[in-house]
Amino acid sequence: MEPQTLFDAVKAKFGEAALELQATGFRPAFVVVAPASIADVAIFLRDDPAMKFDSLMCLSGVDAKERFAVAYHLHSLPHNHQIGLKVFLPRENPSLPSVDAVWPAANFMERETFDLYGIVFEGSKDLRRILLPDDWEGHPLRKDYKYPESYHGVKL
Amino acid sequence: MTRPAEALPTQEMLINMGPQHPSTHGVLRVILRTDGEVVVNARPDVGYLHRGLEKIGERVTYAQFMPFTDRLDYLAAMNCNCAWAWAVEKLAGIEVPERAEYIRVIVSELNRISSHLIAFGSFTADMGAFTPFLYSIREREVVNDLFEMLCGNRLTYNYARIGGVSADLPPGFLEKTKEFLDYFEPKIDEYNNLISYNKIFVHRLANVADISAKDAVAYGLTGPNLRGSGVKFDLRKDEPYSVYPKLEFDVCVGTGERGVLGDCFDRYMVRINEMRQSVRILRQAVAQIPEGPVMAKVPRLFKPAAGEVYFRSECPRGETGFYIISDGTTNPSRLKIRTGSFVTMNIFEKVTRGLMIADIVAVIGSFDIILPEIDR
Amino acid sequence: MSNDPARGGAAPAQAPAAPVGPDAQVMVGSADMFVNWARRSSLWYLLFATACCGIELMQTGASRYDLDRFGAVFRASPRQSDLLIVAGTITHKMAERIKRLYDQMPEPKFVLSMGSCANTGGPFYKDSYCVVKGVDLLIPVDVYVPGCPPRPEALIDGIIQLQKIIDKKRNFAKKV
Repeated sequence: MEPQTLFDAVKAKFGEAALELQATGFRPAFVVVAPASIADVAIFLRDDPAMKFDSLMCLSGVDAKERFAVAYHLHSLPHNHQIGLKVFLPRENPSLPSVDAVWPAANFMERETFDLYGIVFEGSKDLRRILLPDDWEGHPLRKDYKYPESYHGVKL
Repeated sequence: MTRPAEALPTQEMLINMGPQHPSTHGVLRVILRTDGEVVVNARPDVGYLHRGLEKIGERVTYAQFMPFTDRLDYLAAMNCNCAWAWAVEKLAGIEVPERAEYIRVIVSELNRISSHLIAFGSFTADMGAFTPFLYSIREREVVNDLFEMLCGNRLTYNYARIGGVSADLPPGFLEKTKEFLDYFEPKIDEYNNLISYNKIFVHRLANVADISAKDAVAYGLTGPNLRGSGVKFDLRKDEPYSVYPKLEFDVCVGTGERGVLGDCFDRYMVRINEMRQSVRILRQAVAQIPEGPVMAKVPRLFKPAAGEVYFRSECPRGETGFYIISDGTTNPSRLKIRTGSFVTMNIFEKVTRGLMIADIVAVIGSFDIILPEIDR
Repeated sequence: MSNDPARGGAAPAQAPAAPVGPDAQVMVGSADMFVNWARRSSLWYLLFATACCGIELMQTGASRYDLDRFGAVFRASPRQSDLLIVAGTITHKMAERIKRLYDQMPEPKFVLSMGSCANTGGPFYKDSYCVVKGVDLLIPVDVYVPGCPPRPEALIDGIIQLQKIIDKKRNFAKKV
């Protein structure tokens, strides 16, 4: 399916929530949607017979300098096609609905994004730090992260 | 005589398995809540090997990240090397000489064999049979010798380069590879005779932790774990890259031959069969490899144009994907590494519910996880 | 010197002109030598690997390199081990565990730091935010083996160096 067709379908269904299509220089192309509607768009993309994006390949947080982003890479086994979904968030208190009810695979990836970026996924079934210890300070993959001096008395 | 459950009050027990445990394939920690010998809940606690590879990726140049991909999955360092090179080449649109692509396929498949050998050996050792482990290391050492001949190292190779490979094949390498294939192919039958259909071994694995095809897809399993559930999906076939379209091989899937479809035995058998297919690929690649250069022209100060790319390739533990965001400078602006083992751990809690404690070890072994892939 | 480390310190080496072979009844040597000979010849190491070096450790213990020749066999529990081979990267999350493992081992215990990561933090020294820059910040180390990862030959050499260290130990000397 062409990214443009797919974007039009999302636009027809969700109207204003579909913000833009990032196509040139992006492989796969990204459909940018409003944060609040991400879970609904996800269900639509998973269940629509023409889309059938039944697997979430990758979920990544991104620090895009003045704002954060969350990128979802989707793949459809029946149709063997791919698309990206993207959401932009403000730097202050970034949060968006969780999609782990849509694709269970999302849970660990969301926890990782929460751990390393501090992005909160509302409605997640289990949102804790995953890679770093629970008492670690800060979110390391943010561009303004300062490396700590020591941890539990061991010099870093 | 059986008694009703309420007549025998039991107390739930919390058992800590790992991070130092011989069967967790590294520093995995599993927090088990058990009722007697039955697992009520097994929650994986990962991150004991989190080294911050993604942050490092933002702080070094594209070429400098190559050695770190070795350490991303040290059992399949060649596959990760090539995956990184292919991802960056896709981002920058670099054409790689055909000989280099063939070399990459040869080393990738050799590494797939040696990685599956460790999966086979350590899995059987976890199941209580130590002898197959020694057999698998015996064959793995031969592959290590081949790689040592190629790039001087046994485990972390740093062999691929953006635009090709670091050096052409040394004289005699292809002959040695052919010798190895002739030596190795009958060994697979030996493994099957030795352990695969051993009654105790089969009983430990069959009907344990079966995953339906639907669950496997929804939970994002990839590679042998997905194919073990009967889903015929292999990136080498379905999203072909490099010279894989020119090579013939079958995609091995689980058949439920000793139990239900998608149980531990199926996942184990997929790996054994994949070794045979890798031998088949290698025979063709060794016969077809053309002469020519092994390196494309890539500027020393390498700056790909701004853009975003997601490239995934078939590694022994499933799909290894690199999501690279370039802002036109020498370093990636963001590098996300998607690995098979990390996503696989997500389904662990679900499939282990109600199993015995000893089955946990079978599940971990059948997933063939590796900790640096989980923690990165 | 009664316990010359360069000789490899076999206990019967100092036997006087007593009959040798199957007829030998008496061996003479210092008590230190005997104890050290026993310790150096059964260095049981903990089966513990954090990262890449663990694979080389495994291969060293397996078919081709056969570490058992040196009396070093792996044990699954720290309470049965004499030697902790720190094979691989130590992160801050892992640091406490390493200390605990070390504390659980019975005396006398030895630590071999295998590979660049355990020695200094290795390739992660500069850019990583959560890697401990050398396991010696946590526990005392007896032998450092360089390499990323070290070859099995290098690890075996490390074990032999450790045996030499053990040979020099004075177990019965008065504490000053």
